[in-house]
Amino acid sequence: MKNKITQLFKNVAPSLMSIGLGLLFGVVIIVVSGMFNERQTYEDIWYGLNSLVLGMLNDGLPSLGTGLFRATPIILTGVSVAFAFRTGLFNIGASGQFTVGGFAAIFVAIKGPFPGIGNWILAVISAMLAGALWAAVVGLLKAYRNVNEVISSIMMNYIGMYLVQYAVINTVFDYVKNQTVPVPIVSTTPTLGLTSIFPNSSVDIGFFIAVIAAIIIHILLNKTTFGFELKACGFNQHASKYAGINSKRNIVISMMIAGALAGLSGALVYLSASGNHIEIVDVLATEGFTGISVALLALSNPLGVIFSGLFIVHLQLGGFYMQAQKFAPQVVEIILSAIIYFSAFIVFFKEFINKKKGGKK
Amino acid sequence: MSSGQYVIEMNQISKFFPGIIANDKVDLKVKKGEIHALLGENGAGKSTLMSILFGMYQPEEGEILINGKKVNITNPNVANDLGIGMVHQHFKLVHNFTVLQNIILGAEDSKFGVLDMSKARKKVADLVAHYKLNIDLDEKIENITVGMQQRVEILKMLYRDNDILIFDEPTAVLTVQEIGELMKIMKALIAEGKSIVFITHKLNEIKEVADRCTILRKGKFIDCVDVKVTSTQELSRLMVGRDVKFEVDKEIAQPKEVALQLKNVSVLKAGHKNVVNEVSFDVKKGEIVCLAGIDGNGQTELIYAISGLVPSKGEILINGQDVSKLSVRKRNELGLAHIPEDRHKHGLVLEYSLEYNTVLKDYYRSQYQSNGFLKFDEIRKNSDKLIEKFDIRSGQGSPTISRSMSGGNQQKVILAREISSNPEVLLAVQPTRGLDVGAIEYVHKQIIEQRDKGCAVLVVSLELDEVMNLSDRILVIYEGEIVADLDPKQTTREELGIYMTGAKRGVGYEK
Repeated sequence: MKNKITQLFKNVAPSLMSIGLGLLFGVVIIVVSGMFNERQTYEDIWYGLNSLVLGMLNDGLPSLGTGLFRATPIILTGVSVAFAFRTGLFNIGASGQFTVGGFAAIFVAIKGPFPGIGNWILAVISAMLAGALWAAVVGLLKAYRNVNEVISSIMMNYIGMYLVQYAVINTVFDYVKNQTVPVPIVSTTPTLGLTSIFPNSSVDIGFFIAVIAAIIIHILLNKTTFGFELKACGFNQHASKYAGINSKRNIVISMMIAGALAGLSGALVYLSASGNHIEIVDVLATEGFTGISVALLALSNPLGVIFSGLFIVHLQLGGFYMQAQKFAPQVVEIILSAIIYFSAFIVFFKEFINKKKGGKK
Repeated sequence: MSSGQYVIEMNQISKFFPGIIANDKVDLKVKKGEIHALLGENGAGKSTLMSILFGMYQPEEGEILINGKKVNITNPNVANDLGIGMVHQHFKLVHNFTVLQNIILGAEDSKFGVLDMSKARKKVADLVAHYKLNIDLDEKIENITVGMQQRVEILKMLYRDNDILIFDEPTAVLTVQEIGELMKIMKALIAEGKSIVFITHKLNEIKEVADRCTILRKGKFIDCVDVKVTSTQELSRLMVGRDVKFEVDKEIAQPKEVALQLKNVSVLKAGHKNVVNEVSFDVKKGEIVCLAGIDGNGQTELIYAISGLVPSKGEILINGQDVSKLSVRKRNELGLAHIPEDRHKHGLVLEYSLEYNTVLKDYYRSQYQSNGFLKFDEIRKNSDKLIEKFDIRSGQGSPTISRSMSGGNQQKVILAREISSNPEVLLAVQPTRGLDVGAIEYVHKQIIEQRDKGCAVLVVSLELDEVMNLSDRILVIYEGEIVADLDPKQTTREELGIYMTGAKRGVGYEK
């Protein structure tokens, strides 16, 4: 038991330390920027700090609900990246898979053959399939042509973005607003009464789907023969081949699972009743890249991703409320980026802790 | 009292790691101008002791005196300033740098911030000429042989004017000729007044060059002996703690039906001629066939072809069934086991725990999983059993991460996994490479036991002693072709050498 606790501490401590360092840095920026901003009083700075720390609790249940909703997509892309990492792949293409999945979901939700909830289910499944197929291209190139997945998935991000723009314009386009037409309310993600617990928020069951997905991936990686194979391939492809594991097939399947998760993320964003639309702008979906930070911050542990995803949203919402204290949105962005940037120190802290432990014994 | 006759004095050094006492009050005293061998089994604590001397670890207890002065070696730079240099077992070289660049790396001369190589070049060239090292300073590391790379490491120490040179198992990676060259260089170095610590577990090398020898066993200091008056037998007894047999004890083989049969097997390599060319032979149940040959004559590829790691032409039959188109797993299921040449590349997933590695090939069998979920209890039970049976030593038992284990114990994990599968055909490629005499004896015993149980064993070895001792039949491979089929009892080592160099072909194998 004691062993388990020290192990847990060892796992969590690096994340907490890098978060702490990041927050400290954030405070410095807040104070410095406050000193140069003549319109801000010391009170503003103090309340700004407060808002940052309170994050998704600033406004009670409504902002908490918003936080859960906003965390959903980045938890899923985070799990996508984390899962790929654990199997030895760097999925930088979650953005493209997210967009492709999002489009598939919107398209099916609008044009699907079923009445009511049936369309929603079909839309979610389609999104996962679309994401999986998009990632499969990368996996196939890696497994059979030894093309580095980083390069091919970055390219697939752009191909995905432009292809979706093209498809949107030709199928479900709202010319006036330059975006997709709204999803019929019957095909949106059910809220199951969550909006009465968290009033004025967009929360729906998507958050729980994300948590369940993270748990499933955790079990898959750590408890099953399939996870045993995938991790073995990730660590040492030669030894896996020697042991009779079909490593090429596993690379493709790994990428497809990662893609399906990112696709699911897209579906839950665009099927929300709050009305998110794919806009025709040449910008890659940020959820895919935030997923990388989320995964890193959680040391690629799928369960840890739930918490790191919530943490990043917590900061984002804190930043949002800081603007009420006359903080420029740019300053808020700098603070958030700095904290996320410091999450890269996690590996450093991990080694630091290990060294300390090793040295003492 | 130290009278100044020792260049290194390590007194009562202790070092603990979680679960393991790596060094327990160890003494090491090296005289000036001697080659001092440090002998011990895998995991006896030799490398740890040298890492302490080189400043990579801090000891928990004990003191270090260099030239009679007490020192505190906190990192390798301090060691370097004290004149201590080390040739690591795995070389620390930049592959796309030239020899000269590697030598001066970290100790560059510069003029106004611009690299000045001319002085360094002269100094290195003088050293090369002085010690007759015969090396091209402008060749890139990736283009020179392992033996040459080792000379670069030696030059690095000489360039830094190190007087105390540590060689960590320097012969493990060398060919017989290269070992001879290295011995000459070492002797030349002590003639110049340098002192050498020579880590090894090869007794004949110690007899050949060393003056004195410190023996460690399981982290403890056992003895320090004068090599000239100590027999090899005595050295091995001190090292292992019991008498070791150098000859392999075995009954006469009772070969039965053919278990492994190759018919005209060829392996192609893009842009090359066949690396394995039309090879045909068979291995019967209950016999050990050794594939002898100089490294790089197609042994590796032939074994890869049999185990299914590379595609091949021709037929490969296991118990009469052609497996040449089957997957690796199918072949394993038909009774093929494979102790691979490179245990880090193929044999183990180093990041996995010991217990995971023991089921690396069997995790999917119903014994270890149900409905796709691993049975962790069964896996643990299996590995605990193997640890006990094969005496695998590790820090934390079954959950130990494989990377943290010593080479010999890693090899035991592979051996345990492969042998416990009760194979019909066992491929063992250099099964004793890098192991000490005690472990070698053990591995040989296990292989013979498999033979006596009716397994067909194919051993690939570069060591003539092993080939002569272990085999019931010898096949010689030269440039991808089998050139002779010999009976070890009627063959001398010299004769074997002639076949191995391609100077002669056996009866039935003429061109």
